[in-house]
Amino acid sequence: MAEAPTTNDNQYLTFTLERELFALDIASVREVLELVNITRVPRTPEYIRGVINLRGRAVPVVDLKMKFGLGATQRTVNTCIIIVEVSLDGEGTVLGALADSVQEVYEMDTGQIEPPPRMGTPIRAEFIRGMGQSGEQFIIILDISKVFTSMELAGLAQALGDAGPEAGEACVS
Amino acid sequence: MMSQDDPHRRAYLEEARELLSDLEASLLELEKIPDDTDLLHKIFRAMHTIKGSGAMFGFDDIAAFTHDVETIFDRVRNGQLGVNRQLLDLSFHACDHIRALLEPGLDQDAALAAQGRTLLDGFHQFAGEDAAEPVVAAAQTPPSAEELSGCRPLIYRLRLKPHSDMLTTGNNPLHLIEDVSALGDCRLFLHAEALPSLDVLEPEVCVVWWDCVLRTTAGRQEIADIFVFAEDECDLTIDVLDNGCAEDGEQAHKLLGQILVERGDITPEDLKAALSVQKRLGDILTDKGLVRSTQVASALAEQSAVRDLQQKPQSERQEKTSSIRVAADKLDFLVDLVGELVIVQAQIRQAVDERGDLYLRSLAEHLERLSDSLRDSTLSIRMVPIGATFAKFRRLVRDLSAELGKDIELVTSGEETELDKNVIERLGDPLVHLLRNSIDHGIEQPADRRAAGKALAGRIHLTAAHAGGEVVITVADDGGGLDAVRIRAKAEQRGLIAPGADLSPKELYHLIFQPGFSTASAVTSISGRGVGMDVVKRAIDSLRGSVEIDSEPGQGTSIIVRLPLTLAIIDGLQVQVAGEYYVVPLALVEECVEIARQDNGTERHIVNMRGEVVPVMRLRDLFNFDGDAPAIEPIVVAKVDGERIGIAVDRVVGEHQTVIKSLGRLYRDVKEFSGATIRGDGSMALIVDVPSLVRRAAGTDLRGIR
Repeated sequence: MAEAPTTNDNQYLTFTLERELFALDIASVREVLELVNITRVPRTPEYIRGVINLRGRAVPVVDLKMKFGLGATQRTVNTCIIIVEVSLDGEGTVLGALADSVQEVYEMDTGQIEPPPRMGTPIRAEFIRGMGQSGEQFIIILDISKVFTSMELAGLAQALGDAGPEAGEACVS
Repeated sequence: MMSQDDPHRRAYLEEARELLSDLEASLLELEKIPDDTDLLHKIFRAMHTIKGSGAMFGFDDIAAFTHDVETIFDRVRNGQLGVNRQLLDLSFHACDHIRALLEPGLDQDAALAAQGRTLLDGFHQFAGEDAAEPVVAAAQTPPSAEELSGCRPLIYRLRLKPHSDMLTTGNNPLHLIEDVSALGDCRLFLHAEALPSLDVLEPEVCVVWWDCVLRTTAGRQEIADIFVFAEDECDLTIDVLDNGCAEDGEQAHKLLGQILVERGDITPEDLKAALSVQKRLGDILTDKGLVRSTQVASALAEQSAVRDLQQKPQSERQEKTSSIRVAADKLDFLVDLVGELVIVQAQIRQAVDERGDLYLRSLAEHLERLSDSLRDSTLSIRMVPIGATFAKFRRLVRDLSAELGKDIELVTSGEETELDKNVIERLGDPLVHLLRNSIDHGIEQPADRRAAGKALAGRIHLTAAHAGGEVVITVADDGGGLDAVRIRAKAEQRGLIAPGADLSPKELYHLIFQPGFSTASAVTSISGRGVGMDVVKRAIDSLRGSVEIDSEPGQGTSIIVRLPLTLAIIDGLQVQVAGEYYVVPLALVEECVEIARQDNGTERHIVNMRGEVVPVMRLRDLFNFDGDAPAIEPIVVAKVDGERIGIAVDRVVGEHQTVIKSLGRLYRDVKEFSGATIRGDGSMALIVDVPSLVRRAAGTDLRGIR
């Protein structure tokens, strides 16, 4: 099914994690929110920070920095939640991703995008769709579905399983 | 040719499926009461509709097949053929066949057609055997117009004028009129103008006569038959006023003049002349001496009677249209919206409480009333009686018990119990599992039953009832019961329990819900109940329900399923732990108590409540929160699987109407929470799944499962 090209083509939302510049395909971005209170869900991995109320829906929020091993996202005036819609196993899911700051909507032609380098990036290559450039700075274009698929519940269930028994035994004697 | 996606065809498919389940239900009933003519009529009507609309929407194969079956049933309802097992078996297969014809199958046409022919042969054979007695059906007079209209009621006008000497022949017009009334809805108008004064009245002389308007499904002949012995003693006319084709009052009741003319009371000329004078027609006519006032009154009575009787079928029709088919997703969307509204309403209430503006408060209360009733009525839209589901099981029990050579009766009650449609849909499979188990493993073979001194026929009770905020569904059989010894052996062998572990019978029975018991080998070697019982348990858990098991060796087994009424909105108790808010479903909560920490500062793990030992779990510990619990800890006492458990929290906030929001895919393996809800200030609170929390807390130690 070939879709008519839209103006969204080649548009990316850029944001920062630590000092690195990242980008997401604008097609997967729904909106950008200011940081609100996140309700944590006990006994789940730390990088899944919890859920927020997005107009009556419970939307999980993921700390990308923590996921990538860059430390926890701190609350600043610039901290944002990028609401993305990703497809996990063909099922559309809405998720939030924490970002230190959101920069701009940036246009890049496909020709400008390089394949991900094998080494030298701060995060695992499999999460990277390609590398772009803005002036002197590199932009890491994330493959957001891959990022989330990787944290899908294999890992989450593992974490729960580990925490399970001893926590349980501690309280019912 | 219309496409498969044609909405009318789709509607027909759905209607036909529904009619088929009705049909099956009626057939099952008929099996019990073979001579119930109402049922036969109902069956006939269902077939007739399937046939008629089938032909209309291009399902010619269905129309052709059903036509032949319908013909047989027409003869059955006319008493020409009797109901027997053969007919019922054939009819059930016919239902299956029609159902198969409804499904758009590829390359099955030839096979289906052959199957249809075999079935029809069976029907004809059935008809042939019993048709030894002269069947007049074929030789019947061609159906008159009114008979062609099917079983649709017609409105007749009868004018019965007994001859004055009728009473002396032993005929009593009152008896005749009674018989006429028995045919249907009857309005009578008595003409007693000729009644003399009492002193000259001769009791044997009949001086009165009747006009009668009758709405009935009976044919003209049937009415005439009543008068067969009185034909020579009276003048009788029978006219059809409404041939039943008038729908929705399109052929309205007749005008007074028309009626009088039709009855021959006046001539059309008289009517014309009278109509030229602008006065009430009845008055004009009586003034002119053309009719007596009683005649007018009678005609007026007829007019209103016909109007009444015509309206009746209309109201029946209205009943039909008063239920409407709505796409389920529209309803789900509505429920979602109402959920939003309830949340906003709670937010407003909270805000008003903080501000204390009296006017706002009264507005908020008004809004609360409105949103409460909106919520209730919206949720009630999705509530449907469970009866239809039960009816489907009859067929299952009938087929399965026949297959296993057992005689099993399914007794149901509480069909009217209403449940959320989504719950009913997801409840079907677990209930089928439970019934299969009862049929397959619960109820013994007839020989074993005889040996045990029981009735040969087994019995399964399937009941539904409301109990508080829950629905309780019970599947109880009078079979052999569970074999505790073998369950224990199996559990020990599988390492589920320590050898010789001290378990109550109930705890032992509960082991059959363990996944380890669900493998095929376990099924055959144990007294059986292992088949997918863990699947049942999981399905019920996912509906936030619970399963209990009760068994008496040799006497039978009961499985008790408890379910919440709805999945969308629950009443919850909001609690606070380490600054976070959680909701405990109120239906589980028995009471809240406060317990001071022990003198030495340690926390209690068990509290003594009025002599009962209740284990306590601390959310703070379970969730690995830092910080200290308050010196006086509130404890929410909940009942899980029949046992009480305390949940220690920091603070009990209060009751809270909770709209359940799914936590989404990322959290789907999180068992401690069944969802989230939105608090008055817009933040989220997690809904604690108490039963699975208890299970979690109990760890793998099965003795902890209570």
